[in-house]
Amino acid sequence: MKIAISSKGNTLESATDPRFGRAQQFIIYDLDNGTHSTFNNTQNLTSSHGAGIQTAQNIINAGADLVITGNVGPNAFNVLNSAGVKIYLTSGLTVQEAIEKYKKGELENVSSNTVEGHWV
Amino acid sequence: MIKELVVISGKGGTGKTSIVAALANLVNDKVLADCDVDAADLHLVLNPTLTEQEEFWSGKSASINSDKCTRCGKCLELCRYGAISKDFVIDKVACEGCGVCYYFCPAEAIDFTENMCGHMYVSTTSQGPMVHARLGIAEENSGKLVTMVRNKAREIAEEKDLDTILIDGPPGIGCPVIASITGANFVIAVTEPTLSGIHDLERVAGLAKHFDIPLSVIINKADINKEMSQQIKDKCHKMGINVLGEIPYDEAITKAQIQGLDLIRYDSASPAAEVLKNIASDIKDLLPFSKE
Amino acid sequence: MRIAIASGKGGTGKTTVATNLAFYLKHFDNTDVTLIDCDVEEPNSHIFLRPDCQEPKVVTVPVPVVQEDLCTACGKCAEICQFNAIACVKEKVLIFPELCHGCGGCLLVCPTGAITEKQREIGVVENGKGKDIKLVYGRLHVGEAMSPPLIRAVKEFSPVTTDEIQLIDCPPGTSCPVITAVSGSDFVLLVTEPTPFGLNDLKLAVEMVRILDIPFAVGINRSTADNNMVQDYCRTEGIPVILNIPHDRRIAEAYSTGKLILESLPEYHEQFSQVLGYIKGVLS
Repeated sequence: MKIAISSKGNTLESATDPRFGRAQQFIIYDLDNGTHSTFNNTQNLTSSHGAGIQTAQNIINAGADLVITGNVGPNAFNVLNSAGVKIYLTSGLTVQEAIEKYKKGELENVSSNTVEGHWV
Repeated sequence: MIKELVVISGKGGTGKTSIVAALANLVNDKVLADCDVDAADLHLVLNPTLTEQEEFWSGKSASINSDKCTRCGKCLELCRYGAISKDFVIDKVACEGCGVCYYFCPAEAIDFTENMCGHMYVSTTSQGPMVHARLGIAEENSGKLVTMVRNKAREIAEEKDLDTILIDGPPGIGCPVIASITGANFVIAVTEPTLSGIHDLERVAGLAKHFDIPLSVIINKADINKEMSQQIKDKCHKMGINVLGEIPYDEAITKAQIQGLDLIRYDSASPAAEVLKNIASDIKDLLPFSKE
Repeated sequence: MRIAIASGKGGTGKTTVATNLAFYLKHFDNTDVTLIDCDVEEPNSHIFLRPDCQEPKVVTVPVPVVQEDLCTACGKCAEICQFNAIACVKEKVLIFPELCHGCGGCLLVCPTGAITEKQREIGVVENGKGKDIKLVYGRLHVGEAMSPPLIRAVKEFSPVTTDEIQLIDCPPGTSCPVITAVSGSDFVLLVTEPTPFGLNDLKLAVEMVRILDIPFAVGINRSTADNNMVQDYCRTEGIPVILNIPHDRRIAEAYSTGKLILESLPEYHEQFSQVLGYIKGVLS
């Protein structure tokens, strides 16, 4: 099973990024074997419209089964939800800490968008 | 926890920017953001020193390479924006950047390239850091530039440990306004006691409700028509909207602007300044300003 | 003939000038006139003309609909969409209508013909007659982001004819919606006020009309004798100033209650006669 974590850097020690659609990058962590890779999202930092939609689509294509991030808007939520990707929230942790918390079942699972869309 | 406070107006020319400039002097630990990217004015009274500049690229636009064009007319037939002339030149102003002509041109005669359509600036002012922008003339997508300004302001607030972002918003209720207020903590609408002011305030109130953001109102030039000011207050009361204050007509506001100053630095004892001081202290109570 | 009344900054008096010019044409110059209010986010002309409106006309934009039994989830529609209004995930296509610009690219690219269009309502066009002046205006639904399609519909409602003069009350600013409102006009009157904000935004508006290559002039609202910053700028740039409305408390009072200047202070008719004389001279 693969987790995508929105991140400000490209290591497990990097801080998690509270933004989803306009997060700088994602760390894709494989729970089965403990390996990880990074996924650059800067193309969506400059996307005209619907950064959340595009980011969600890219993460799904990268094979993620669940997402850990700070907030998720309505459009991104719809895309993730329709692909069966589960969403967990975190704030102020490193990527590694967020993964550990998830394993212990301490992260909050969300069943709807947590912020309104930024529209553009 | 960073709080975003957005000042908007529905109707233009109600004194929004002058009020933001005055509040900039009265609220501590903040980043200023001018989200009226279509007609930014805040910099005219806060004397910013530019420290950083970023290009704003957004969307694409098409152009026809006349050497390759066979004048088959496919693009003319498919373009829904009337952006292609009969002699196969694309009107940049009418082009929405959908790319349909580019994808379906059988002669591959159409280029589809990114547009540079404005700039974002970061400056220092005596009132703290400020993020502002200038959208190119006739460009679209000011909503995206607004989002870019807000994101930058948030980044600076995090970096410098400032807990408030004070935003000068655009007029109207369309794309740039929506981009300015979605996800904000608190919106102040500046209105004036005129029929147009009341009409536009109702539209703005509808917008704030639609996006579920708490709204307060400031009545500017309240004494030019006291009866109308009372009507606004009654209306706000009915809609459950808090009226933060009534600023009297005060020539000091225009005089300060002509001097290139905000009202508080120009004359902190003027009648309008006195009301603004009260408003600023009320805002502090309304917003959970303490750091979490 | 179409005359657009525009300004970089909001609240400078566009609507004041547009409504009074319309009133002047009809009641002082005996010319038929239609006022087209293109400030669809905050239309205000109707407050001053109080028209008896006909049934409003609903304005829609086309948005795609996917017929799932025909869709193979090939993803081509999501790929062509420049506005990220379509996502294709795990055998399913999702559409986000509020991001759609209605270009029709997805319909054209779909290999199985699984995409059709439906109409989505974004606002209404109102029309009627008030104070003997024909008025057409648009009202964008609250929460809608894109005004240009509605502005186009407002303008199309009243096609250009030779029998009348049309005045266009534009939205503020210099970006997309303003361009949509101004384009196709024969003349642009830029309204400003003599303040640093007014001047800064006037400069942007001048840049805009120069790009559009339409003849233009400036009108100054709330002008005072001791402040010439706008006149000085216009002189340097060679831009004619064809209207001066003085800073007069009686005008502000009339405005606040929804009255026209020419109704309560008819002595100002000279100002509007000059504007018209100038524009007719330029265009003849």
